[in-house]
Parts: sequence; structure tokens; C-alpha cells
Amino acid sequence: MSRVISLPAPVAPRLHWLWLTPLVLAIALVAGTAIGETRIPVDTILKVLANRLWDAGYPVDRIDAGIVWSYRLSRAIVAACCGAGLALTGVVLQALLRNALADPFLMGLSAGASTGAVAVTVLGLGAGAIGLSAGAFAGAALAFGLVVVLAHAARRGMQAAGAIILAGIAGAQLFNALTAFMIAKSASAEQARGILFWLMGSLSGVRWDDVALAVPTALVGLGVCLWYMRALDAFTFGADSAASMGVAVRPVRGVLIAVTALVTAVMVSMVGAIGFVGLVIPHAMRLLVGSRHARLVPASALAGAVFLIGSDILSRILVPGQVLPIGVITSLIGAPAFALILVRGAGRA
Amino acid sequence: MKLTAEHLGARIHGRTLLDNVSLTIRPGETFALVGPNGSGKSTLLRLLAGLRRPTRGCVRVDGRPLAHLKRRTIARSIALVEQQAETSDRLCVRDAVALGRTPFLSPLRPWTDEDDTHVDRALDDVDMRSFADRLWHTLSGGERQRVHIARALAQQPRILLLDEPTNHLDIQHQLSILSLVRRLPVTVVIALHDLNQAMACDRVGVLDAGRLVALGPPEDVLTPERLWQTFRVQADSIGDPQDGRRILRFRQAP
Repeated sequence: MSRVISLPAPVAPRLHWLWLTPLVLAIALVAGTAIGETRIPVDTILKVLANRLWDAGYPVDRIDAGIVWSYRLSRAIVAACCGAGLALTGVVLQALLRNALADPFLMGLSAGASTGAVAVTVLGLGAGAIGLSAGAFAGAALAFGLVVVLAHAARRGMQAAGAIILAGIAGAQLFNALTAFMIAKSASAEQARGILFWLMGSLSGVRWDDVALAVPTALVGLGVCLWYMRALDAFTFGADSAASMGVAVRPVRGVLIAVTALVTAVMVSMVGAIGFVGLVIPHAMRLLVGSRHARLVPASALAGAVFLIGSDILSRILVPGQVLPIGVITSLIGAPAFALILVRGAGRA
Repeated sequence: MKLTAEHLGARIHGRTLLDNVSLTIRPGETFALVGPNGSGKSTLLRLLAGLRRPTRGCVRVDGRPLAHLKRRTIARSIALVEQQAETSDRLCVRDAVALGRTPFLSPLRPWTDEDDTHVDRALDDVDMRSFADRLWHTLSGGERQRVHIARALAQQPRILLLDEPTNHLDIQHQLSILSLVRRLPVTVVIALHDLNQAMACDRVGVLDAGRLVALGPPEDVLTPERLWQTFRVQADSIGDPQDGRRILRFRQAP
């Protein structure tokens, strides 16, 4: 019997745009490297890359080469990884918790990270042996642990998704209060300003060491999301429905939440709490490519990466002579976009 | 495939939901579960589907305890249609039914034409082929229920568990879902509120406050005495002038 209408395989990705992904990403990375206070021509960038990667020996200005290699390229790569990682985390948490407002910082991760960062910089915890990033990572891990314990304890009275969300709110409030307390009690005005900047996100200090951490973290996140894409689909009608379709809900949810928390903690400890990427990109991609994860996962990773590279470029060129916190840019774009989604959502319900 | 419940008990927050329920679902039969609100019908279905672990007793499929089987293995033989499972995602009917193929797919076993065939057949079974491209939120309640049944059928289950599938449906859709369920070549366990609909099933189990108080063919089980004891209504059985089948007529207790 022949099928009347030929439809694309429903859960499989359409491949024609997938192969464009590396190309789009490469263009964004080159743009992120070229645009800034000093404009660097694309051919110079390609020559520097060729020199670095296979000793091509093109003659290039040493200062240009320094800006391209030591400063902007590493920064653009980390921006891409953070954008992809945060967007993927948003996709996973929104799917698992069946909540449109779920974002990477839901589990108190950014609040914990800022507490950790403040504890290191203001209180001098660790006596200089651990840096700001390590402090932030430890804080995020601590907050996540606390939220998980709390959610586990609360789970008897309600559904798991509700317990996780409420525990996350409680954890975030607690750690935000701790941060505010430490700043109010001990920080100088200069320190407080530094903390504020860090909290809003900054890629300024990013170097190749960070790339070595960010790239594997983002790739692990992407790999795990793709591995579990059908399980994520199965949560469409809730956790019970997923279970009745053969998903081992508790272990799958555990792995996915742990991995996304790890990705978020690594990214936050590197560049601060960059908001809205993890919340808005997944929603925008659902509107564009649909809610099946075989498409949503790669699309969100790519869009998050490109969005954050673009935001970083804007943060460098918007005010001449000054670098704005990247969180300000993402929120400036993200907030109106989110408002639009809310209005649309209300219209649909 | 034989599904057996042995001395099932379920408690939550110190409240007993099920107490010592034992029954065997025979291959191929359509088994109705009836009982007042809160009598444990949904809980029993969830235990039979393996979504909940019983606090006591054990569910077996062909003699093997459900608790020893992987979720994936269970989902290939038992499918559950819950009461009103909803989503706010933008997905089309075909994608919703395709979810039923989940227990057969893995990163190493991608979607194939065979999966398409099963989805098509499931859509045909519930008469929803022409709705394949419609978006979920444009469907009526009855259409959504039929899509859920198609999704369950795409799992190629040998046992289909349905939790009040005719709730909130108009009479035409109630009858079409029931006749669909009876046509299906699978074992069906169906929780029902309409006792006349239960009369058309092969066997009926009556739950009352978590206990299985009666089990057997509908005419033996749904007696005026039983209906008075469990539902607190007076019932008379009258004959249908068309085909002579028994119909229950209810009156409030005086």
C-alpha cells in the first residue's frame, strides 16, 4: 500500500540544515574574532590561524596576531561553548520539569556560584589557594547538592518536578541572602562593584585554559542530550507517560539533571551568571524547529552559541572604550523576547 | 499474555489505597474495573502498568514479577492510557503517536520505515489518519483521547490499560471509543464509570475502598445487591427491547 502523503520521519532530524551547523558556527567565531575595538580583516584572521595550526608562515602583524590568537578567538570559543551549554540545559530542564520557566539557574546554581565567588574574593576563603572560578564552582556544587537533598525530602508530598522547582527557589533565596550578607558586612565599594560585574557575566578574563575546559564540557552536554533525545521526547505528556513508554524515569532524570548542573556550574564559574540564554533560546527554537528533541537539541546548541558570540561582540562595541557585562546584553535582548513568548503563551492557553 | 495481581496492597501517607487485591487478566479478554470515586481503580492500573511499586504483593506477566523487568521491556508489552495526559508543546498528531515507538528505539536503533508502518496502522485503528498533521492543541477532548490510544497501540502492546477513557466525552465519542477498544486484538483492562458500558465487557471487577469486592461476568457481578452495597444506589435490570440485553436503571436511595 502506498502512502498518500509522504511525511518526514517524525522523530528523526532533517539532515539538510544539520550539516550547515559547523559552517554557521565557524562564521560566528570568525565574526567574534574580527569585530571589536580594533577591526581585524578576515584574511588576517585566517593567516594567523594557518600560522598557528600548521606553521604556514604568513607574514602578519604581531599585535594583530596576539589579539586574534591570545584574546579574541579563545573568548569567542568560550562564548560559543557557554551559549550552547546554557541553551541545552534550558532545553533539558524545560522538558523534564514540564515547566516553561525552567532555566539553568533553577537549581540555585547561579546563587550558589555567586556565594562561592564572594566568599573567595571578599572573605578571602581558601587564603588565595583557590581562585574565583574554583570558589564559584564549589558554591554552585554546594547549592545544587542542597537543592537535591531538599527536593528529595519534599518529594513525598508532591510530584518530583514541583519538588525540584520549589527546592530550587528555596536554595536560590538562601544563597542570595548569604551573598548579600557577606557583601553588606565585609565588602568595600570597589569589591562590591567587581562582584556585581562578575555576577552579570563577563568573558574578559577568558584564555585558552578556559577553552580547554569549556569545549569538552559543552561537547559532553551535547552528547548526553543527543543520547537521551528520545527519552526527552517521551516526557511530552509528563513523567508517568514517559515511564509507561519505557523510560526509566528516575535514573534518566538523575543523569540529565546532574549533567546539566555540571555544565551550568562549569560555565558559571568561568564567565558568571549569564541570564536569559538558557530560558529564551529553547523557546525560540521550539517555535522555529518544533519540540522534537532530535531537532531541538542541535538547533538550541547552535543558536545559543551564535547568540552568545553575538552578545559578546555587542558588549564590546556598543559603548566605545568600555566593555559592558555580557549579561546586560543578553537580558536586553532576552527580556523583550521572553515577554513576547509570555504573551504568545497566554494567547495559546 | 497473562497478567496476574497477587495480594496487592498500596499505601501512601498512611492511607490505604489498595488492600489485598488478587486477580488474573486472561489473554484476549476485555476486563472492566468499576468502583466509586477514590476506590483505587487508577492506583490498580498504575500498579499493573508497573508505574508504582506495590507496598505489598506482586504483579506478574506470564509468571515473571514486573519488578524484575526493565521499564523498556514492560513498555513493549503493556501500554497505559492515563486520564487526561496533556501537553503545552506544539506537536502534531503523528509526532504524538510516534512517541509510542520509544521503547523500540535507541541511539543505536534509529527510526525506520517499519516504525512509520506501526504509526500509520495505529492512526488507522483509531480512525485518525486524516488528522496526522493537526496540532495537538487544535484537537477536541475525544480526538486527544483517540490519539493517546493510538500512541499506546504504536507500542504494539499485548495488554492495554485504559483509565476512564470515555470521561468528558460526548456520547458518540464514548461509544466509538468503546467499540474501538472491543475491536482491538489485544487484552484490555479498562476503568469505567458507566456501569452499562461495563455490562458489555467480558468480565468486571468491582473495587470498593481499595478492596476487590466482586469479580466475574457482568451479569453475575453487577447485581442490585452489589450496586446497593458498593455504590449506594438502587438498581433495576431491565431488558433492551431491541436485542434483549440487560440494561441497568438507577435510582437514588430513599
